Amino acid sequence: MRLFGTFEDEWLRGGPVQRWIPKGYAGKPTYVFETGGTTGLPKTRIVIDDFRIDYEMMSDTLPDKYFPKGSNWLMLGPSGPRRLRLAIEHLAQHRGGISFCIDLDPRWVVKLIKMREIGMANLYKEHAIEQVLTILAGGHDIKCMFTTPKLLAALDEALRSGKLEDKFRQLGKKIPAGGLKSIKAAGITGIFSGGTEFTPQFTREAYEEMLDNGDVYMTPTYGNTLMGLACSKPICPEDGFKISYYAPQPRAAIQVVDPKNFDKVVDYGQTGRVLLTTLTKEFFVPRFAERDEGERELPFETYPWDGVSGVRPFSEFAATTVVGVY
Amino acid sequence: MLHIPALRLGKPYTSLNKTQLVHHVTGETIAEVSQVNGSQIVRDISKMEEARNELQAIPMAKLMHMVKEAGRIFATDTLPCGDQMQTFEDYIRNLSSTTGSPMVFCRRNAGKVEYVLRNIDTIIAGLTRGLDMSILDTGHGTQDGRTLCFVPTCSSFGAILPSNSPGVHSLWAPTPALKIPLILKPGREEPWTPFRVIQAYLKAGIPPAAVNFCPTDHAGASEILRGTGRSMLFGDSTTTDSYKNDHRVELHGPGYSKVLIGEDKIAHWKDYIDIIAESIAANGGRSCINVSAVWVPSHGKEIAHALSEKLAKIQVRAYDDPNAELAAFANPDVPDRISGMIDNLLKTPGATDTTEKVRGTPRLVKEGRCAWLLPAIVHCETYDHPLANKEFLFPYASVVECPQSDMVKLIGPTLVATAITEDKDFAHVLLNSTNVDRLNLGPIPTNRLTWDQPHEGNLFTHLYKQRAYQQSGF
Repeated sequence: MRLFGTFEDEWLRGGPVQRWIPKGYAGKPTYVFETGGTTGLPKTRIVIDDFRIDYEMMSDTLPDKYFPKGSNWLMLGPSGPRRLRLAIEHLAQHRGGISFCIDLDPRWVVKLIKMREIGMANLYKEHAIEQVLTILAGGHDIKCMFTTPKLLAALDEALRSGKLEDKFRQLGKKIPAGGLKSIKAAGITGIFSGGTEFTPQFTREAYEEMLDNGDVYMTPTYGNTLMGLACSKPICPEDGFKISYYAPQPRAAIQVVDPKNFDKVVDYGQTGRVLLTTLTKEFFVPRFAERDEGERELPFETYPWDGVSGVRPFSEFAATTVVGVY
Repeated sequence: MLHIPALRLGKPYTSLNKTQLVHHVTGETIAEVSQVNGSQIVRDISKMEEARNELQAIPMAKLMHMVKEAGRIFATDTLPCGDQMQTFEDYIRNLSSTTGSPMVFCRRNAGKVEYVLRNIDTIIAGLTRGLDMSILDTGHGTQDGRTLCFVPTCSSFGAILPSNSPGVHSLWAPTPALKIPLILKPGREEPWTPFRVIQAYLKAGIPPAAVNFCPTDHAGASEILRGTGRSMLFGDSTTTDSYKNDHRVELHGPGYSKVLIGEDKIAHWKDYIDIIAESIAANGGRSCINVSAVWVPSHGKEIAHALSEKLAKIQVRAYDDPNAELAAFANPDVPDRISGMIDNLLKTPGATDTTEKVRGTPRLVKEGRCAWLLPAIVHCETYDHPLANKEFLFPYASVVECPQSDMVKLIGPTLVATAITEDKDFAHVLLNSTNVDRLNLGPIPTNRLTWDQPHEGNLFTHLYKQRAYQQSGF
């Protein structure tokens, strides 16, 4: 694999995107998904079936107790030309449910933050949450949800301040016994979360203060348009709420490497940059240096290969990049 | 190692995310401070109405007694500091070790906090102009034959605090005595004073839910400013600019405090060098009430030279030296950048660092991992030189010549102006000025506060508004 050198994601900017379609897939219905794009050309990836395969594999890791088959989903994440929206919709359908979505444009949020229009960014967040409350008040029996850390906190804040109950009152609906002032009370039993950085402290806060000490199950994931998604070891207080991710081998593999020498994998427990290799029937990304760093983790029973924990923006880039806006 | 927890609704909270505080001289880790997430702060703020009700239930007379008692406890008792106990001397030493401020400054500034707490009745009388405090118990009353009614503007008060000088804590300290709960974000290097004041409050009987100590990041600070109904924010203009149109946030940025000498007194300028020098250099020149510009109608060069001769005698001393007059910088890169900026601006013709010439050595002094900036008086030939209206975290001032008739319209925003004049016309112009926050007429150093008058905004009018009120029998 080293003979391929490293993959540069800059190559993914601009078209024609058809050049990335393997000949064996010529003529097949093709999606294009984008990342970035606040300024300049976004990076694009073509997909034929990968997102469906990735999320069906991920579905097998979800406990049915918290993500009941046949239940409906809420997609509280970015919309637009992104993989995530379609992927969650497919996940819900694959499990026999329907996914309800909101409109959310993260590029606009990045612009607001760069313009220091923090008040407007907060209003936009409220706009997103308002859409969620409308869906939750609609009587769709939603039990499962995708969300990002910031939007999970925003939803929790809105529920605790009684906004879902207000919505019920506006619609002339009866507020159920026990109220609707928490994520659990709103009927959510399982949360699949990702999109931006998860710190152990945020995970702990979510577990203890938003999700009724784990009564609502949350599984953080680490993923992007190039890789698919990596699942995490179940989070728990005993483990200090550490989040360790494991790539969906053999479709994708991650290594934690010396930032100055990508050929050198760091020792277990040591910090390094995340190096990703994806090889599916439709897409080959050899040795792509992610914009993240973390600590190398030991294999365990469920995932007998290396993992990575403490994933955060790569420190050499962190100061100049706007991340985690939604 | 000493661990300082967050205090959420008065209860210690140990976070998985901690910052480390290091000794500014040795680099040794002194303490860890638990950091809370912005979303946790939001959740706690939502409970502040209940905390306010707890404070409201305590009669003002009893509350004032508690706060006075807190002043005594702050200055004399051994109090919890995370998982250890801390004497007042331990507190002073810790404060000095992480901020770089000499122990003698720390002690003096802690004295201001103690004074405000112990004299809370005088302070609140100054803020309210003598309001009968029982009116805050009942919400309304009669004073001097007039009906008065006051209503709180908020359920909680947030403060985003600095690390540069612990005296600033005297500004928020009266808040619980006004029956409003506190949400404090301490400065990164200075958790010591707010934590100790809170411990003193708790020991004196203030309800725990009303005192929240929330070390957090920039996003968490934004949540405090967004979520509390009223707040104060300390920082430079890059921090405060975003909130300059938000009436809920009282801004404490650079003071640009000044001494102005009138034409009637300029011939006697030598008589005022001592009070000008004190205004520039007291507390290591770190406060917004320190003078950053001296405006004079003539004799600018001579005044700059005389100030330089006096201030050039200030030397670097150890943080525990009782004669220390300068604060070290806890982050040694900062003085490098400040000194570089001054050198760069001196390239614009028309300004001279006269102190550096008198002293014969550079203003930047480095020793080990510490750095200091020695005083700098810059003579500017014109008021629009880029160094004429700058403020830095060390004893720095420009000396600017300007006709008296133009001074008030050209000085710009000024937190404290000491005007050395007996010219009634000039005094009248100054009294009518809108850009001077606090005015001293006569040779009064800018760093001398009168505690019976509001300073840097009025906490009472920030936290309460007057309401029209009528009542009739049935």
